[in-house]
Amino acid sequence: MKTMALATRNSKEILRDKLNLTFGLGFPVVLLLLLTAIQSNIPAEIFVIDQLTPGIAVFGLSFISLFSGMLIAKDRTSSLMLRLFTSPLTPGNFIFGYTIPLLPMAALQVGVCFSVAFFLGLTIDINIMLAIIVLIPAMVLFIGIGLLCGSVFTDRQVGGICGALLTNLSAWLSGTWFDLDLVGGTFRSVAELLPFVHAVDAGRAAISGEYAAIWPHLFWVIGYAVVVMVIAIIVFTGKMNSDNN
Amino acid sequence: MIAIQTENLTKKYKEKVAVNSLDLLVDRGELFALLGVNGAGKTTAIKMLSCLIKPTKGDATVFGKSIISESFEVKEMINVSPQETAIAPNLTVRENLEFIAGIHGNDKKSAREKANQIISSFGLEEIAKDRAGILSGGWQRRLSIAMALISEPQLLFLDEPTLGLDVIARRELWNVIKKMKGKVTIILTTHYLEEAVHLSDRIGIIVKGELKETGTAEELMKKTCAKTFEDAFITISGEGDAII
Repeated sequence: MKTMALATRNSKEILRDKLNLTFGLGFPVVLLLLLTAIQSNIPAEIFVIDQLTPGIAVFGLSFISLFSGMLIAKDRTSSLMLRLFTSPLTPGNFIFGYTIPLLPMAALQVGVCFSVAFFLGLTIDINIMLAIIVLIPAMVLFIGIGLLCGSVFTDRQVGGICGALLTNLSAWLSGTWFDLDLVGGTFRSVAELLPFVHAVDAGRAAISGEYAAIWPHLFWVIGYAVVVMVIAIIVFTGKMNSDNN
Repeated sequence: MIAIQTENLTKKYKEKVAVNSLDLLVDRGELFALLGVNGAGKTTAIKMLSCLIKPTKGDATVFGKSIISESFEVKEMINVSPQETAIAPNLTVRENLEFIAGIHGNDKKSAREKANQIISSFGLEEIAKDRAGILSGGWQRRLSIAMALISEPQLLFLDEPTLGLDVIARRELWNVIKKMKGKVTIILTTHYLEEAVHLSDRIGIIVKGELKETGTAEELMKKTCAKTFEDAFITISGEGDAII
């Protein structure tokens, strides 16, 4: 009950920030439309819709980190948090209260991305549902990044880190805009050490029906999601205590 | 029955002593005003009593429960209206109230019923559907106190509740606070001495983290041979020489 009360409030705070919401949902869709339009005018297959869609979906999830990070960072410095800290909320209530509302939002964002892709030619079949399921660990990962950033940084810093750095990392190092083999070398090695390209490749494997190819990538994403989420919870709880001492 | 009992309650920040060996007794239903100049330690004392920060030394009980070892139980009995207006700006007045009722364990139906009651008793009907962020300072402060009361606390902390309000809004809030007297134990901090005199049953004056005197306004005036409470406050605070 207490968790849901906090989760409901957090949902409303995010959903009522129209500018963030429009940008977060709209920007990935605009990119999808733009890149598909480019693809239709070039002979080479660079932005094929079934390859592009998982990449844009993962890129769009970076805005979930931005939403959650901004909300937590703002709350940390507000008097409302003093009120919440003097209420009988446990650390578990806080963590779930901040993460629960973001899961359906992340799912909605991925769903919107795939829905738009359908109108742009993506074939809808069971593999699309599988691709969305395969992206769940990525959703958790980005929520964890938001929780972590919101716990450590101010809202302005979160804007810079999640709004600029993370969006660029998840774009350039995910193999969405170009094949990483084209750059190769250290760039590719770094990209493969990070979870973004694996999240995209897991989604692509699901769409193309190459089920065996999903797991190696998915393990990377799940590993990152678990580690980031655990660190985020530890830091969130520790930071909340230290902010008041 | 005793609402608050502190024993040697102390808070240090590195070498700076914010609250020093505070020994205080507050009875159930009493409105106790905590006065002091800026940085005297009022807010730190409230933060410790409301389990927001841990004391460096000593302990306190709230209705018999320790603020250190039974903080969760204490939090179930208290609520706070912080110095700065503590509201969720993107929620409506009603949603703010239901939100606080919810985090204090009320289900949706019960939260709605309590919100209805408090909206009625605080005269918030006309703004119930308005977003809290667009309200005037007076309405926001009134909402902030209403949010503190919706959980039906046994102990309420009002930290500078009328700070920055105009005289009309302040008087309206005084009336709200007076209506609560006797039903809820209230700890009030304020810089407005007339507010403390007007509202409180007893007053405690903190100077440099130490509780110097407690008593009614009349008792403190008598003790310091002062003609006004302001003179008594200045004498107890030890600021008289500086002013003269």
